[in-house]
Amino acid sequence: MRFIKQHGLVIGTGLVVGIIAIVLVALGNPANMGFCIACFLRDIAGGVGLHRAEIVQYVRPEILGLVLGALLMSLFGKEFAPKGGSAPLTRFILGFAVMVGALMFLGCPLRMVIRIGGGDLNAVVGLVGFVVGILLGIFFLNKGFTLRRTYNLPALEGYMPSIISIALLLVLAFGASLLFFSTSGPGSMRAPVVAALIAGLVVGALAQRSRLCMVGGIRDAVMFKDGHLLYGFIAIFVAVLLGNLIVGKFNLGFAGQPVAHTDGLWNAMGMVVTGFGSVLLGGCPLRQLILAGSGNTDSGIAVVGMTVGAAFCHNFGLASSVDGPTANGKIAVIICLVVVAAIALINTRKSEA
Amino acid sequence: MKQVDACGRACPEPVLMTKQALKASPEGVQVLVDNAVAVGNITRFAQNGGYQVEDAVSGEIHTLTIKK
Repeated sequence: MRFIKQHGLVIGTGLVVGIIAIVLVALGNPANMGFCIACFLRDIAGGVGLHRAEIVQYVRPEILGLVLGALLMSLFGKEFAPKGGSAPLTRFILGFAVMVGALMFLGCPLRMVIRIGGGDLNAVVGLVGFVVGILLGIFFLNKGFTLRRTYNLPALEGYMPSIISIALLLVLAFGASLLFFSTSGPGSMRAPVVAALIAGLVVGALAQRSRLCMVGGIRDAVMFKDGHLLYGFIAIFVAVLLGNLIVGKFNLGFAGQPVAHTDGLWNAMGMVVTGFGSVLLGGCPLRQLILAGSGNTDSGIAVVGMTVGAAFCHNFGLASSVDGPTANGKIAVIICLVVVAAIALINTRKSEA
Repeated sequence: MKQVDACGRACPEPVLMTKQALKASPEGVQVLVDNAVAVGNITRFAQNGGYQVEDAVSGEIHTLTIKK
């Protein structure tokens, strides 16, 4: 009983995320992409014309819903707090690097779990890299890494991520001619707007309440022998696995997986960067969106960094495709790894405690 | 009792600072935090280690008293 009381919410959230991911695919989202923060931010970057990769352009309502769901739940729970000022540009760069790694792998940590639940073994290779990246981050945390503290900010600043989300939603509803919409490829595969928005709102609210975080699960298990967040991670996997088995979409193997490639080394390397960068940011891309909605503008900046990073990835041919990684993408991942390591090293000093 | 100020620190720094403080003074510590996430994380960590946690709130600052 104590187990349920302590961990029930995060496990329940994980199960709901997994089920909604399956439903969104059934309603039209790309396979194994019910939710993907990296892919969807990339689609939004394309939707507003920051890049012109025609197959990945769409202002995804899921993302806007996640931010607004987190806003509503944080207001309801009296946890909304406008804060920021903890090394914002460093967080921008880290967000950028996290995205470069994610688009090498083709998915954020959440989609990695969803892909594993669909039987995509390339994502298991990605998971190995992800764990290595998290361990690198933990090494620096234990040595005293910090981006220093946040400060209280004016209320309007804390609402900015939500205001931007509402503005994008209004443009999507009433000014769609201003936006780009893919007519083929992953960007053209989309669940109905209202369903996607509701899915985002529900998951945003639950994730805010439960603190669900893909990077936090493995991090806390290693650092504090605390499996709490890891149960959420596992619950997503279980729900997606069962869901795929029920709808007959489970397909075990490496080759021919949807929106994925089979280059093991670079699947792993991409997720090393994503895991490492996410630990330094204090949470996975999903968590950054949720914190942004809750008033944390440091996370808001990280999300902007991820979005700009996604645009760069497609403007400079860094993102992988089903055909595999690109030469430019490999160079970019290496550069990002060096940059993230430098940020970790320079911000690490003997702890005062 | 030794006091640690973890206000404004991002995840997981407040828990890490608590862990290090408890290592230095295992009989107990006081930790100041300013958000519910850190309160939850520190409380869970301390209870898993067999400690008891008292939470005194003043404005947005929580003073967590952690002892055996």
